[in-house]
Amino acid sequence: MNDTAEIAIDVRDAVKRYGDFTALQKISLGIRDNEFFTLLGPSGCGKTTLLRMIAGFEDVTEGGIFLFGDEIETLPPHKRPVNTVFQNYALFPHMTILENVGFGLEMKGSSRKDAAKRAAEMLELVHLSQFAKRKPAQLSGGQQQRVALARALAPSPKVLLLDEPLSALDLKLRKAMQIELKHIQRETGITFIFVTHDQEEALTMSDRIAVMSAGELQQLGRPRDIYEHPRNMFVADFIGDTNLLEVSVDKIADGRAQCHIGGGHALACDAVDGVQTGAKVHLSVRPERLILSEEAGNGTSLRGTVTENIYIGTDITTMIDLEGGPKITVRASNTERGNKRLIEPGNPAFVTMETGAARLLLD
Amino acid sequence: MAGGAATGGSAASDTYNQARNWLLMPSWLVLGFFVFTPVCVMVIYSFLTKEFRGGVIWEPTLAAYDQFFFDRGLFGDSDPTLQWTYIEIFWRSIWQAGLATILSLLIGFPTAYYIATRPAKTRAIWVFLITIPYWVNLLIRTVSMKFLLRDEGPMNDFLINVGILSEPLQIVNTNIAVQLGLFYSYLPFMVLPIYAAVERYNFTMSEAAADLYATKWTTLRRIVLPAVKPGVIAGCILVFVPSLGAFLAPDLLGGAKNFMIGSLIEEQFKGNAGNWPFGAAASMILLSMVLVLLIIFASQQRRAGATT
Repeated sequence: MNDTAEIAIDVRDAVKRYGDFTALQKISLGIRDNEFFTLLGPSGCGKTTLLRMIAGFEDVTEGGIFLFGDEIETLPPHKRPVNTVFQNYALFPHMTILENVGFGLEMKGSSRKDAAKRAAEMLELVHLSQFAKRKPAQLSGGQQQRVALARALAPSPKVLLLDEPLSALDLKLRKAMQIELKHIQRETGITFIFVTHDQEEALTMSDRIAVMSAGELQQLGRPRDIYEHPRNMFVADFIGDTNLLEVSVDKIADGRAQCHIGGGHALACDAVDGVQTGAKVHLSVRPERLILSEEAGNGTSLRGTVTENIYIGTDITTMIDLEGGPKITVRASNTERGNKRLIEPGNPAFVTMETGAARLLLD
Repeated sequence: MAGGAATGGSAASDTYNQARNWLLMPSWLVLGFFVFTPVCVMVIYSFLTKEFRGGVIWEPTLAAYDQFFFDRGLFGDSDPTLQWTYIEIFWRSIWQAGLATILSLLIGFPTAYYIATRPAKTRAIWVFLITIPYWVNLLIRTVSMKFLLRDEGPMNDFLINVGILSEPLQIVNTNIAVQLGLFYSYLPFMVLPIYAAVERYNFTMSEAAADLYATKWTTLRRIVLPAVKPGVIAGCILVFVPSLGAFLAPDLLGGAKNFMIGSLIEEQFKGNAGNWPFGAAASMILLSMVLVLLIIFASQQRRAGATT
């Protein structure tokens, strides 16, 4: 994967309207060859609509969709060399697993024998060879999910579309499938376009993520970019947990912004383009980038009172009321060192920000 | 009491079984009175001797079945040869009913598919429209059809006025009229079960098929049809069985030449000319045929049920 890779799917100014309702507002994005690309957003954000437009199940109201440079948005689904893994798998109940997986190849003109041979190979890839003769109803949800994957991969599509394929699985199985999907994507070298509303899933699996909301693209970037440098309030809030603090910008100098939050606490952070002195904006700080201590630390330390400690297994989350109003959440790893820093509720404490932890948001 | 049946023999399970038997009684009574008894009467009558002015004489004989299958000459003393008359009537009934079934399927399937793919709100209206004509008695509808189709009727008038025909097309008293009558009488029995099956069908499977390079026609043949097969079979049985025994359409629209089994049986019980044992025997033969069909249907359903 690199920035100069060929563009597999190029969505140009695509608009989708249903009557008066606009589901997608002028979306443009380029999905690179061999990439694991994720469309992430809450339900109703238009991610599935965009996926279905690429597959050919929804027509494009305005704009175009290109597959390796060829315009495809007018082709019917059966003429597009892309395949889909459906949310509820949509396996053919009257066919065996082997027939299901071989169906696409047969439709593309392979003989039944060749289709069965290739289907058997695909079943091996997803570790289901021993179930070839069974019917879908005789398989568990996780196994059906893998059959759906094998069926979509069998005709060697140029791009594989996955519509929330893991949402029906339980947590453990889902985690295992995330890793398996990622491996299969690397092994086959096929471009994956994955739709999900689960931000953790998106961060785990993707090369790049497009965060969508209300039919618009909010941010496009690598998981690390999106998590650490969210572009706006929506992205900061939707991806992971964060403290959103209202701040007033006092001074901007040398790329640093001097601000203060409610209660008069002063702090400094990297300035972003478009922020001006005197502006009231939001600041996002991830709870795990904050350090709790009894004494004031180096750099920006905010004074407050601990109100609650919440034990969540891997971490311990502490809620603090800062002097003068704002509440803030701090997260520490459940380690010897982390536990030593714990402060019982009711006691005063200082919250120290790591350098670069705070990020200004434009809207 | 849920576990009562399994523990067997204990006092609790006896109470359970007794209660169950009492509660099942109404069903047994209904089945006994309205299914078992009439069939028994029919079986017994088919083996009795006919009384010339209707009714039976209580002397057991195979005469009715003999009359159906064998020709023994005018005085009943020649060597028996196979009697073709009734077999031909049966044969005509079978192909008339079969053709009505195929016609209903050809028209009914697209209709049902169309209704099932409408938005949920309008579906009920379509189904309602399909059933409206069936609020009118079948006899009246069949007579109306005769009126529409007759030589001087509105259909012929229209075709002549428009200039398609120069003289009336004779439809009444032909097989075509019988066919139209049967088709029209039983069409909803084809549409409704197929509609129910298509409505339950998961259309994402059609999308999956299209996604896997299947054309619309192939999707229909390889994915939709197998999925809605139970509905199609149910529709075919529901049209074929009553068409086979129908007597209103053949009587009113077909005239004397286009006799079907239903009319043959009806004749045997009408007025003084009848032959009750023969009518009963013909009914038994018809019943056996229908039974065989239903058994085939049931085994099909079971196989379809095993895969979903």
